[in-house]
Formats: sequence, structure tokens, C-alpha cells
Amino acid sequence: MTAARDAILGGIRRSLRRGPLSDAEAVAGPRARLDAKAPILVPERAKGSPDVLVDRFLAMAIEAAATVDRIQGMEALPGAIASYLKDRNLSTELVTTTDPEMDGLVGSSLEGGGLLTVKRGLPSPTDTVSVVPALRGVAETGTVMLRSGETQASTLNFLPETHIVVLKTSDIVGGLEEAWAALRAEGPTPRTVNFITGPSRTGDIEQTLQMGAHGPLRLHILLVDETP
Amino acid sequence: MATFSADGPRVGFFITCVADLFRPTVGFAAISLLQKAGCRVEVPQTQTCCGQPAYNSGARAMAQAQARHVIETFEGFEYVVAPSGSCMGMVREHYPSLLADDPAFAERAKVLAGKSHEILSFLIDVLDWDDVDARFDGVVTYHDTCSGLRELGIKDQPRRLLAKVKGLELRELAAPEECCGFGGTFCVKYPEISNRMVTDKVTTAQATGATTLLGGDTSCLLNIAGKAKRMELPLKVRHVVEVLAGMADGPALGDGEDGIKR
Amino acid sequence: MDSTTHTFKDNIKVALANETLVHSLETMKTGFRARRAVAVDRLPEFDALCDAGRDLKNHVLENLDFYLETFEAKVLESGGKVHWCRDSEEARKTVLEICRAADAKTVTKGKSMISEEMGLNDYLEENGVTPVETDLGEYIIQLRHEHPSHIIAPAIHVRKFQVAEAFRKAHPQYAADRPLEEPRELLDEARDVLRSSFLGADVGITGANMLIAETGSTVIVTNEGNGDLTQLLPRVHVVLASLEKIVPTLEDASLVLRLLARSATGQEMSSYTTFSNGPRRPGDPDGPEEFHVILLDNGRSNMIGTDFQDMLRCIRCAACMNHCPVYGAIGGHAYGWVYPGPMGAVLTPGLLGLEGAADLPNASSLCGRCEAVCPMRIPLPKMLRHWREKEFERHLTPKGTRWGLGFWSFFARRPGLYRLGTRVVARMLRILGGKQGHLKELGLSNGWTAVRDIPAPEGRTFMDRWASGERP
Repeated sequence: MTAARDAILGGIRRSLRRGPLSDAEAVAGPRARLDAKAPILVPERAKGSPDVLVDRFLAMAIEAAATVDRIQGMEALPGAIASYLKDRNLSTELVTTTDPEMDGLVGSSLEGGGLLTVKRGLPSPTDTVSVVPALRGVAETGTVMLRSGETQASTLNFLPETHIVVLKTSDIVGGLEEAWAALRAEGPTPRTVNFITGPSRTGDIEQTLQMGAHGPLRLHILLVDETP
Repeated sequence: MATFSADGPRVGFFITCVADLFRPTVGFAAISLLQKAGCRVEVPQTQTCCGQPAYNSGARAMAQAQARHVIETFEGFEYVVAPSGSCMGMVREHYPSLLADDPAFAERAKVLAGKSHEILSFLIDVLDWDDVDARFDGVVTYHDTCSGLRELGIKDQPRRLLAKVKGLELRELAAPEECCGFGGTFCVKYPEISNRMVTDKVTTAQATGATTLLGGDTSCLLNIAGKAKRMELPLKVRHVVEVLAGMADGPALGDGEDGIKR
Repeated sequence: MDSTTHTFKDNIKVALANETLVHSLETMKTGFRARRAVAVDRLPEFDALCDAGRDLKNHVLENLDFYLETFEAKVLESGGKVHWCRDSEEARKTVLEICRAADAKTVTKGKSMISEEMGLNDYLEENGVTPVETDLGEYIIQLRHEHPSHIIAPAIHVRKFQVAEAFRKAHPQYAADRPLEEPRELLDEARDVLRSSFLGADVGITGANMLIAETGSTVIVTNEGNGDLTQLLPRVHVVLASLEKIVPTLEDASLVLRLLARSATGQEMSSYTTFSNGPRRPGDPDGPEEFHVILLDNGRSNMIGTDFQDMLRCIRCAACMNHCPVYGAIGGHAYGWVYPGPMGAVLTPGLLGLEGAADLPNASSLCGRCEAVCPMRIPLPKMLRHWREKEFERHLTPKGTRWGLGFWSFFARRPGLYRLGTRVVARMLRILGGKQGHLKELGLSNGWTAVRDIPAPEGRTFMDRWASGERP
């Protein structure tokens, strides 16, 4: 494989009519770009006051066929999840992360005193509902950003038919760039970072839009206003 | 706005090879408009073709030779104007790169490109003239020819001018920016594909309810008119300047002296 | 994959006669085109983003070696492997070795045009590994033993009754009389079938919309979520990517993402944009244990520094083919290889050689719509013309055309003779046109008169009339 590697890199350099970049050339050129991590052109719609961004997030998420409920405080979470599921005749058995924060934030536990049946960890193929915390919400496109980690399986975002994402209002940012800044602040890049905009869909049969292709049929976002 | 010589800008008129051969009326109509707009128009006798047939066939050297000929013919004028977005797109957008490596012509190509204009764009964008005094009683539709539209940004100019024509009603095509399928030698090299494209064009023109289709390039219009005739449709096809100059009383493209034969 | 670009002229006849295809291609106009227009109009910065996209990719290509090495180092750091492959053959073998090492019987696959370019599916099958395409469109055409006819909507040429036929044949486990008329019914069945494939696969192969040098990430953009199940469930994740997919930073990726979905499907953002970094981390509850990136060159490094370098800016959004009147008339299969439409007509001769693909750059009216909608500002018509110039230089242009151009050029530079000639031709055509004013046929011009009449000239040429003193 080194032969191929050398041949390809050599070929690129021949085409560019130069040898490998010297340290000085690299520092002045591509290295500077890597280090700067400079946003290129952030659209106006990714900017605004927190209230404006929250409104934009809501509008864009709904446009992308997600549903959104806004709740006051994490303690309202079990009730909100239960009523969302019951309204749609869906099972109140769900699978969530092993993140202690999920329960901690609710005050007691996500079970909500029997409203919900909660499993933690990896989803099995028969699980139909998942509840996952988002790292950030991106107002520009109504997108939620989720990360993998020791407590958070990425398959939670794809296997169950109903995907419920918990997002704190204060975690809504304007554009993708701010979401990256937040991720970098968390430490090393996680194995998987998912940006999710609405439920799974396909237009592959005669360009007719259908939801729930392989991933979730429903994306429900619970937007949590934290009580001061 | 440009400033002109006291007695009006001196314009070298480029008829284009297709209009020269098939549709002299387009030339007279265009010149009439230029004169109404205050231009002194001259028609240099050494003009022939802009070189696109060679350029788009990959015959670069022939295209370069032709470009040099056009430069020599027209560089003495204040402006060069042609009733074609395609030919002026060639001069404006392609001559400079075509002759970039020719020390004797590189600069001259750029200068010519800068002063060459498609007629509608010249009237509106350079002269800011829209004092059209014409009448055309009928419903028309407008085909935005590709080079004019995408290379030269000609979209609003014909509509602004047509809005001044008394009695004329403009109904837009469902897909006005779709190519008619001419494409120079493309239409004879791939007649089956071209046929699908021009059939769509003629069909959508019919669907507007318009009886006349107007456009800014004689070559595209020949294609459209030829298809309309083959399909035996009553659609009339004319260059837009014929209507703007009040010279649309003769037979339309492909019509005989006694009008359409069905 | 085998190429049929050399039989292009026959291919188009087949395509144009296919009524089903005509109907399928019509959906592009109300679908992709209309939705893109809305999405672009909604974003005032779209044009500026395109300029920035062009500049970004130009910068990347000028520093491609540096960014690839940086990317490789980051992938290694995260525990993954990078396999540099000069051509399809090397890439196929590498993938097979990975599959064999994992003792793989079945592999699931996300949509990847590089996989098509490599001819991977046939190769795996010949070597005892069963590939299962999981993108719905790809799955449909895999069942039909076809290749994609579009780079983001591989089954755009297939009607739903044909999908139903394929499913009835391929899924004997379901009741023979089940209803399969509605897209929903078809989708539900595919979801059900493919769910077990996802769960049973040993290796998952995806493409990559981008590679990120800063982090060593590979990025996939999908709407179905199939690419994610493909990479999360099996023990091994293989990413197929060509060299030019690389961008420097996450910020640069954000720029490309703002252009990609809008240009492709007219979405603000696709449903799933996933950044993958190496294999699963210690303690992670899921994710692949192995992570391999196949970096395929296949002639691309040779395109740098040539007239065709700009083509390497392509992000495979398909806007050019969605707006191409030629693609709209003949569909993707007629182009004969992996990449159809304007981007294919430029790329295919570059990757396969001009000799067998000389028709493709000619089959364009150069209407310029592809360039107008290209988010990377790739001058596609200019590059089609460059190919025509190469053909002319190498004497691949048909003799008749060469002769005709020489004849035209001789006269066009001799105005006196030209005047004489045009006067005669105009007069002659006028007479032939007769009272009706148009001609049904004319000896040599078969291409023209095969499908349309020739409007007759008015009679005398303009230059003749002007010279004899006529004025408006």
C-alpha cells in the first residue's frame, strides 16, 4: 500500500508541478487554514437574538416534518413524553441513554412514577421508542446535533420508529459553526456526530416523498425551557 | 451611463451569418431601432461569421482565425451590435480567452469584447432607451435564448421593451429558460435529442395560447419555426426586433408570401 | 462497471423510445428543479456561498497532498486505517481483503458512486461475498440487475409498478396477493426486508460526501438513514471515497453542506448528516470495531493541472443533470457509464479515455444551464468544449465535419467569395421553399430535416440588400 500511497501523492505533486510542501509553505497555506478553523460565510438566518433563534429553530424543524413540544423544566419531561406517545397510541416503553444526567435532570427519574417504562443502553430491534438528549439545536435549519459516547449509543437515533430528542432551549445556536465550537469544547471528536433534520424519508419511488425509510418515522423534539 | 459622441454613438452593425442568409428583415429592424435610439449605424462589408461553428466543434485554430477577422472588421467602431445573444456572447465571453495567447490580438480581443452588445441589452443597458413606438395586435410568448440569457443576462430587457408595444399581450412559457434544442451543430449531430427538446418548446408555446413566439436569436427561431411547420401548428415565429421596430407585417419565419399553409 | 458509452448513439434511440422513461424524467421538472429553485431563493447568500465553495475547492486541490496526509494521520490517530488505491482494481481487492479478514458473508452498502465506479458489487459476488444495497433506489436497481441512472436518485427511471414486479419476484416470503400499488406499501416491505439485512451484515460499506482533514472524519449525507444503520451495526465499517472529497475543516464542511442539499433535492439540509471518526471508542456501546477508508485515485490526480481540474470541485449534487435538457430527454443509462448528465459527459472521458466516450462531450447544446446551477461554479460547457478540442486535435472528429468546417472557414475569411456564396444559397433555398416558405427536405441536411422543416430565406441576403442601398 505504501507503493500506491507514494504513487498517488507523487502524481498529485507532479500535476501541481511541485514537491511536498515545505514546513514554511504549509504553515503559510493549508496549515494556517486548519489552525484558524475560520467560519467562511455564515448566512444571516443563522444569526439573531436567542429568542429569534429559538423561533427560527421551531419553524425550521417543523418545516422538516419534525414535531416540537415546548415544556417548562426537565421535571415536565416524563409527562410530555407520555402524553405524546399516548396521543398517538404508541407504546410507553422506551429506550434511552445511560447518561445519569437524563434522570438527574428530571429530578427523580425518567419513569415519572410509572408513566413510562424505561430501558437504558443499547436499543434492540424490537424497541419502538427512543429518547435521546441533543448536544445542540441548530436554528438555521431546525437541526439537532447528537453525539455518541460511553453513555449514548448512536443506534438510538436510527433503529426505533419514534425518535424523541430532548433539547434545552439554551442549547439552541444559530448555525453549524457554533455547534462545532460547542463540540470542540467538549474534548476529542466523538466517534459519531449526527446532525438530524426531520425524520427519515425517501423519494426513491417516483419522487413521491415517504417518511420512515430506514430510520425513524417520527422525530419529536422536546424543547425544554429551564426554570431559573 | 456611457457618454457618446455629439452626433450619437457610431455603431458597427453585425448582422450575423444566419440572419444575413435567412432573415434580412431582422437586420433592417435592428438598424431601425438603433437609429431611433440615436445611433449612427454602419454595416462593414467584410463581416461574415463570429466563428462559433468552429469554436463549438473543437476547431480552435479556425475559431481563432475567424475571431481575428471579426476584430479587424469591427474594432474601429465605438460599439458593435448584433441581433443575437449567441454571437455577441461569443465575442464578449469567449474571444478574450480564445486569443489570450496571441500577443497581436489578446488586448484587441478584450477591447472588442467590452464594446460589443446584443441589441436589446445595448438599447436598455447602454443607451437606457425604451422609447418603442410600435403596435402588434396579438398574443405572444417569449423564448429566452440560452446564450443571451445565461452569458449576457438578457431577461428583463426584452420584456421592458415589449411592454411598450401597443396591442401586444405577453404570456410567459412554462419553462422560458429551457433550451430549444438548436445548439449549433448539436441539432444535426443528435437530431433525436434535439427533436425532443424542440418539440417540448413548441408544445409549451402552444399551451400558452399565444399565436406568435418571439426570441432574440435567429438560429434558435429557425429551429422552432421549422418544428412548428413540421408539426403543422399555426404558431408564428419572429425575431423580437421585428415587433419592436413595427416591421412584423411580412411573413413570419417559414411562412410563404401568402401566410401559413396548412 | 462495463461501459457502453461507445454505443451512445444507439443508446439514445432506445432511451427516446422508452415511454416509461419519458414519464419518469418528467417528474424531475416538478420535483428536483422546482424544489431547488425555492431553496435557493430562500437563501440570499446562496450565490456568495457558491463563490466561496469554488474558492475552497480550488484551495484544496492546490494543497491536495497536504490535506490527504493530514487526513490520514488523523484517521490513524483515531484507530482507523487508510488504504490508498491507484485504480479500481486495487480498491476492489482491498475491500475484498477486508471482507475476508472479517470472515464476511454479507455486506450492507450505503449509496456510493465510487462503488459503482469500482464495479464493486459484481466483484464481491464473484468472490463469495453478498452485497446488499440499502438505499431504497439502489436496492430497487440491484434487484432489477441495473445500474443507477442518476447519481442521487438511482432508480429515477423506474416506475412503481416495476418496483412492485421486482419485489414480488425477490420477496417470496410475503403473500403473493399482497397489495403493492402504493409507494407506502413498497417502502414498508423494503424496510422490513432490509432491517434483517442490516442486523445480519458483517461489514458495512458506505461512500463519503466529504472527508475532513482537521478531524479525520468521513461524512455521509442521506435522507433514509440507511447509511447510518450500515455503518453502526456491522463489526467493520469501510468508507469508499475519491481523493477530491477532502475539505480542510468542519467550518469548510459547513459551507459545502449549505450548498449540497439545496442544490440536490432542494432541502435546507438532508435528514441525516453524519460525521464518523474511526472505530468505536473504549466504552462506547455501539459502532464498528474496525474503520477503513479506501482512498481511490482512478485518474483524478492526473486531472490536476489540466483543463479538467475544475471538474474535481464537483460535490455530486446532481443539479447539472436535473437541469440538463439532454439528460431530461434520454435519462442516465444512455450515457453508458457511472456518471451521466453534464458532469458525466466531462468526467467519463477523463476517467475512461476519450476514444470510447467521444460522443458524450458532443451531446450537448451548450445551453449553459448546468453551469448556471452548479454550486461549485464548474464551467461545464467550457470543459465539454475542451474535450471537443481534444477530439479535433486527435482527429477523432468525423471526417465530414472536419471537411465541412474547413470549407466554412475558407469562405468565412474571404468576404467577397462568402457574399457570392450566401447570395446563391439564399436564392436557391428561397426557390426551393416555394410558396409555402419552408422546405421539407434538402439532400445533405438530414439531421435537420429528419425532424423539422427548413424555413426558407426571404430571398436576397441582408448584405446584398444593404449593399444595393436598401435602408429601413
